[in-house]
Amino acid sequence: MALGSTLERETREMWSLLRRALPAPPGGERATIEPTSKPPTPAGTSPWQGTPATARLEHRGLGVCRVASRTIRGNWSRQLLALVATLPLVARADQVVRLAITEDPPQLDSTRSNDTESAFVLGHVEEGLVTYGQHGDLRPGVAESWDIRETGATFRLRGDARWSDGRPVTAQDFVFAWRKVVDPATASEYAFVMYTLKNGQAINAGRLPATTLGVRAVDDRTLEVEFERPCPYFLGLVAIPTFDPVREDFYRSRQGRYGATPTDLLFDGPFVLSHWDHEASLTLDRNPLYWDARAVRLDRIEIPYITNDPNARLNLFRDGSIDFLRAIGRDESRRAEVERLPMKSFAQGSPWFLAFNHRPGRATANAHLRRAIQLAYDPREFISAVIGIPGARPAAGIIPSWTSGVKEAFRKEHPLPPLRPDLTEARRELELARQELGGKIPPLSWLTFTTAGSAREAEYFQYVLKKRLGLDVVIDKQTFKQVLAKENAGDFDIAVTGWVPDYDDPMTFADLFASWNANNHGAYRDGRYDALVRAAQSEADPAKRMSDLARAERIAIEALAVLPLYEDAYVYLQSLRVQGIVRHRIGPDPDLTHARISEEEPFRAWSATR
Amino acid sequence: MVRYTLKRLATGLVTVYFIATATFVAMHAVPGDPLAGAKARTAEIQRNLRRRYGLDRPVLVQYGVFLENAVRGDFGISFTQPNRSVNDIIRHHFPVSAELGLLSLLFATAGGILFGAVTARAHGRLADRTVLFLVILGISVPSFAFAGLGQYLMVDLNRAVGFEVLPVAGWGSFRHMLMPALVLGLGTMAFFTRLMRSSLLEVVHQDYIRTARAKGLPWARIFLAHELRNAILPMLSYLGPAIAAITTGGFVVETVFAIPGLGRYFVQAFQQLDYTVIMGLTVFYGSFLVLMVIATDVVYALVDPRISLIGERS
Amino acid sequence: MRAASFGEGAEGFAPAERRARVSRSARPSLSYWADAWIRLRRNRQALLSLAIVIGLFLFATVGPLLWRVDPAEPDLSRISEPPGRGRRATVLPDPPPMEDILAKGVEPHPDGVDGATLPAPSLLTIVGQPTTLSVRLRWSPVRGAAGYRVYRSPEPPGGGYLGLPVGEVKSGNTVSFEDTFALRPRPYYYSVVATNVSDSLRASTLEATPLSAVTLDAARLVRPDAALGQVITFPVRPFGTDGLGRDLLARMMAGAQVTLLTIGFVAPLLSILVGVLIGGVAGYYGGRLDQWLMRFTDFVLSLPFILFLILVRVALGSGPGRSDVTALLVGLVALSWTGEARLVRGQILQLRETEFVEAARLLGAGPARLLARHLLPNTLGVVLVAFTFAVPVSIFTEAFLSFVGMGVSPPRASWGSMCLDGFGTLLTSPHEFVIPALFISVSVLAFNLLGDGLRDALDPRLRSR
Repeated sequence: MALGSTLERETREMWSLLRRALPAPPGGERATIEPTSKPPTPAGTSPWQGTPATARLEHRGLGVCRVASRTIRGNWSRQLLALVATLPLVARADQVVRLAITEDPPQLDSTRSNDTESAFVLGHVEEGLVTYGQHGDLRPGVAESWDIRETGATFRLRGDARWSDGRPVTAQDFVFAWRKVVDPATASEYAFVMYTLKNGQAINAGRLPATTLGVRAVDDRTLEVEFERPCPYFLGLVAIPTFDPVREDFYRSRQGRYGATPTDLLFDGPFVLSHWDHEASLTLDRNPLYWDARAVRLDRIEIPYITNDPNARLNLFRDGSIDFLRAIGRDESRRAEVERLPMKSFAQGSPWFLAFNHRPGRATANAHLRRAIQLAYDPREFISAVIGIPGARPAAGIIPSWTSGVKEAFRKEHPLPPLRPDLTEARRELELARQELGGKIPPLSWLTFTTAGSAREAEYFQYVLKKRLGLDVVIDKQTFKQVLAKENAGDFDIAVTGWVPDYDDPMTFADLFASWNANNHGAYRDGRYDALVRAAQSEADPAKRMSDLARAERIAIEALAVLPLYEDAYVYLQSLRVQGIVRHRIGPDPDLTHARISEEEPFRAWSATR
Repeated sequence: MVRYTLKRLATGLVTVYFIATATFVAMHAVPGDPLAGAKARTAEIQRNLRRRYGLDRPVLVQYGVFLENAVRGDFGISFTQPNRSVNDIIRHHFPVSAELGLLSLLFATAGGILFGAVTARAHGRLADRTVLFLVILGISVPSFAFAGLGQYLMVDLNRAVGFEVLPVAGWGSFRHMLMPALVLGLGTMAFFTRLMRSSLLEVVHQDYIRTARAKGLPWARIFLAHELRNAILPMLSYLGPAIAAITTGGFVVETVFAIPGLGRYFVQAFQQLDYTVIMGLTVFYGSFLVLMVIATDVVYALVDPRISLIGERS
Repeated sequence: MRAASFGEGAEGFAPAERRARVSRSARPSLSYWADAWIRLRRNRQALLSLAIVIGLFLFATVGPLLWRVDPAEPDLSRISEPPGRGRRATVLPDPPPMEDILAKGVEPHPDGVDGATLPAPSLLTIVGQPTTLSVRLRWSPVRGAAGYRVYRSPEPPGGGYLGLPVGEVKSGNTVSFEDTFALRPRPYYYSVVATNVSDSLRASTLEATPLSAVTLDAARLVRPDAALGQVITFPVRPFGTDGLGRDLLARMMAGAQVTLLTIGFVAPLLSILVGVLIGGVAGYYGGRLDQWLMRFTDFVLSLPFILFLILVRVALGSGPGRSDVTALLVGLVALSWTGEARLVRGQILQLRETEFVEAARLLGAGPARLLARHLLPNTLGVVLVAFTFAVPVSIFTEAFLSFVGMGVSPPRASWGSMCLDGFGTLLTSPHEFVIPALFISVSVLAFNLLGDGLRDALDPRLRSR
C-alpha cells in the first residue's frame, strides 16, 4: 500500500537521522522507533502487539501512540513525525540485549579484579591471548598461533588486534600487565594464577623484582613465556581475565585511576564500555576496531538494572525490561512455571562439598564420624527436593564429571563409585566415633550463608542428622565476609563450600586439599596427597599426571576430606527473541559475543501423542 | 535563638565525634576480615593487601589516621571498590536517596495529616475503623512485601494497558520515583496517621477550639490555624529522625527497585566490612541526623510558643 | 469550714448554721484505678481484643501440647502444600535407576546438522507406570540429533513455551529419560526436543499423571507397620507446609513463643519504658539534664544498628548459632528506645506549662508524683501509638536479624522470619507468607485495640465521674 510504504520510508529516514544526530542521555529516558511491528511475542500476552505496516512511536515518557497508516495522510504524518522528533529521542538499535546484574563491578582493572560481574564485563570488553568459542573450546584471541612446551610457551600475536584508540595490541602490553599482577604493590588477589610462571611466586612475595618474571616480548608480535614448572593447562590459564593486556603509557596516564571510569580504560575486545553509572547501569557498545568485529551481531549490551533481589529481576524479565536472567532459584523457577516464562537449563557443574574441619580437637576430625555422616546422606532426595534445580547431579568426587582428562572426561577415565546411603552402617560408624570421642559427641557447628537456599540446606541436614544419627547441629548463619573469615580461621565444624574452576583441568580442583593451599579451610593434611599433587605439578606426561591426580582424589575421598554433595546447575530465562547466548562453565558467563536478536519467532509445532 | 543554635551545633560536633569513635571501636571489635575474598590467598597476597589498605598498623594508629583525615574531610577509598573514594560515593548516591526520601516523606506527611484528620473527625465511625484496619495492615506487613507486591502489580498493569505506565525498576526520571517513594512512605504514613489522630482527638476537645467554633470561624480556619498547629507537634518531634532515617534507610526499596541510593550502600558496606565506607557513612549519617534533630527542635520551639528553647523551667 | 468574717455593714446576714445531712446525690468517689477498670470493662472492643490476646497466648503455650507435631520435621514429598490437604500414597518399592535405552544404528554425535531443522521425536511413550517416585519416558530416535531435551509443564505447552527443562540426554542414540524431580500426583505434559548445538523447533508432547507413591522407608516413618501395596494416608496439615515440607501450624505455635512472648512484645514494651523514663525526666527537669540526655539520645539514634547489635551479642557472650534470646532482647531494647524518648519529652514540654500541673505543684507535689500521676498519664495517647508501631518494627527487625544469623537461629522460627522465608513463594504458594503475616496483623490489631481501650480507661480527662 502506497501510503503505508511512504510512511515507513519516512520513519526509517527519520530514524537514521536521529541515530546519527543525538547521543544517548545519561541513564534516563529512551525512546524507540520501530518501523515495523513485531509479531506477537509468545509466552503470554505481548504488550507491544500491532499489525504489519503500522508505525509505532514509543517514548517512555508519553506512552505508545499508534500511527495507523490508513488514517494518516502524507503531510500530516511528516509533521507528526517531525513533532515527535523534537523530543529527546534515541532510536533503539535493533540488536540490543538487556540484562540485569546482581552488583556493581567493584573495579574493572583486569590485574586486580576477582568477582563474577567484573569477569563478565571484562570478558566482553577485553581480550587476552585466547578466547572461549561457542562450544567452550579455546580459540585464538589476540594470539593467532602458539606452541606450548614443557619449559615454556611462545605466542604469536595477530597484526590486526587493536586497542579502542586505534593503536595495535603488542606483546609489551602483555608483559606490562603480567608484571603488574605479580607486583606486590598491586596486591592483586588473583596473582596466584601466575605462580606457574618463572619467579612468579617469589616476585609476589617481594623477594625478586617484577622484571624477573618469566615473560618477555621478543618483538611487537611475539611473546615468550618461561614456566616455573610444567604447565600443560597453560592455555586455559591465559584465558583468565587476569592475563589480559594493559598498555603501559595509557595506564600511567591515568595516574592510579586506571579502571575507574570508561574513559580510564582501553578496550580490545568485541565490545567497549561506553557508559558506567555506578550502582545504576552499564552500557557496552560494539567495538568496530575489534579484529573479528564481523562475527559480532549485537550493537549494544545494556545493563540498566543492578539489584540482588531475585524477585525484582524476575519482575523485570516478565515486564520485558530485560531479555536474559542468568540463574533463578528453586522458588523463582516455580514462579516462572506458573507465569510461562521461557526457561532453559545449564549444567554449570561447579562442585559443592561439605567441608569438614580436620583440626585437632574438632569432632569432625574423627574419621568414623565423617563416615557416619556420609552414610546418612541421601543425595537423591536432597538434590531433587532441597536444591530443587533440575540438572543438578550428585557428585562422586572432588573433580566434577565434565572436567577434561587426557582424551575424554576425567571421570570417565578414572571412575569413582557413587556415594550411597546406608543407615545401619551409619549407626555403627557413629557408635565407633562416639567411643573414640570419649562417649559423647558435642554439638556440631554448621557454617552457612544467609541465602534462602543455604538456609534450607542447613535446616534439612540439621534435622536429618538429628533424626537418623542423633547428632546435634547448631546452624551458624553468617554474611559472606563473616563466612570467609570463619572458614579461614577454622571456626566451624562443617561448612558448605563450593569451588568455581579457573580452567579446565583437574588440577584446579585437585590442589584444593593440599596442605599448602589456603582454600583448604578444613586443614586436611595427608602427606601422600601432597606428594601426589606435587608430582603431578611437575609431571610432563599427561597420562601419568592424570593418574597421579586420580590417586590423590581417591585418597581424599576415601578419607572423606570433604563430602561431595552435588554438581551445580542453573535454570535460566532467555527471551525467545534472543539467540546465540552461550553459557560457559569457564570463561565469561553468559557470553553474548555471538548473540543476536531474531525477529522471526521460532515456530514451535507440537504434536500430542496419547 | 542564634546563640542557642550555635551552641547546639557545637555540641552536635561533639556528638558526632563520639559516634565516630564508638563505631570505629565496634567495627574493629566485630569478628571478620574486610579483605577476605572468595578465593583464599597465599600469605604473600594477604600481606600485600593489608599493607595496601593500612590494616597492618596498630588499631590506635589507624584511629589516629582516620581522625586526622576525617577532619580534613577525607574519608579514604572504599575497600571493595578501590577506584571510588567515600566522598565520591556520598556525593553520587546521597542525592538519589535524598530525593527518594523527601518525596516519600511528602507522601507520608500529606497522607498522615489527611487521614489523621479524617479519622479524628469520624471518631468511632466506619471511616475511622476502616482506616485503622488499613493502618494496622500496613504496618504489620513488612516493607519488602509492599515493595515486591507493588512491583509485581506494576508489571501486570503495564502488560494489561499495553504501555509502560510506571517503570518497574530503575532510576532517572520522576516516574521512576513514584512507586518506590510511595512504598517507602507507607510505613511512616501509617505512623503519622495514628499520631495525628491521637493528638487531634486531644486537641479537638479543648476549650479554645470550642470558643473558636462558637465564634463562628470557618471550619478550614479552625483546622489550619488552631487544631493542626497544636496537634502537629508530636509529629514534628518525630520528623527530624524520620527524615534522616528515610533518606538513608531505604535499603529494601532501593534493592527491589534497583535504585542507586545510599541506603543500599550502607547495608552492603556492613555486610562486606568495608571499613572506610562504614566510617564515612556513619559520620555522614550521624552529622545529618544531628543536624535534623537540631532543626526539628528549633522548629518545634518556633511553632509552640509555650516551649522555650533552652528548656529551662519558667 | 470557717465562716467568712463579715465586716460592718453586712446587716441582714447572720452566719448560717451547719445543718446535718445534705442529701448526697453524688455517688462514692472512685479511685483512679477503680474507675479505669470500670471504663475498660465497658469497652466492648477492648474486651474482644483482650480475648484475642489471651487466645494468642494460649496458642503459644498450650497449643504445642495439643497439636503434637514436630515443627522441625521436613517432609520432602510435601513441599509447599496448601492448607487443609492430607495426602494418600501407595507404598511401592524403591525404583532402581533406569537403564538408558540405546537405539541401534544411530550415530550418537553427528556433525554438521543444524538442530533447528530436526523433526520432533515420534512415538513418545511412558515406560511402565508413572509414579511420583519416577516417570520414565522413551521415544524413537531422530536422525541427526546429538541429544535431546526433556521439558515438563503443568499445563499444555504452546506459543514457544515448553515448561521446566527437567533433563537433557547427551547423545543422539540414547532415547530414554527418567524424571525424578519433585513429582506431584497431578497431570504433567512432557515435551521432548531433539538438539544438535541448537534446539529443534518441534517438540513431541505427552500427558502423564503420576500415581501418588511413597517408598517403604518413608511410609514406615508415618506408620511403622506399613507394607508394600498399602495405601497410606498422611496426616492433614491444617495450615499447609513450608518450603521444606514442615507443618506450618506447628511452626506457627513455636514461632508464637518467640514473637509474642519475647521479641515481639516484650522488647517494645521495655524500650517504651526506657524511652518514657528518659524522655519524661529530660522533659520535666529541663536544663542541663535535658541537654545531656537528649545528646545521648542523638548519639544512640545514629549508631549503626546492625553493627552494635552484633557487638552486644558478642559482648554478652552469645555467638551466632546459639539461640540466646536474652542477648537479642537487651540489644533490641538498648538501641530502639530513642523514638519514644523524643516523643515523650516533646509531650512533657507541652504539658509542663499547663494549669493542672501548675496547680499540682503548688499543692506540693514532688517530681515523682507529678510525673507519675499527672504528666505521664497524659502522654499515654502518644505512647500507645508509639507502642503499636514499635511492635511490628521489632518483629521484622528480628526477622531481618535471623536472616543475617543474629536472631533466633534455626530450627526455631519466629513469625517475622517465616514471613521473610515465605515471601519468595508468594505467588505460587501464598499461604507460607499470608498465614504468618495475618497472625502478625491480628496480634498487632488486638494489642492496638487493647491499648486504645487502656488509654481510654486510663486517660484522666475521660474520667467517667
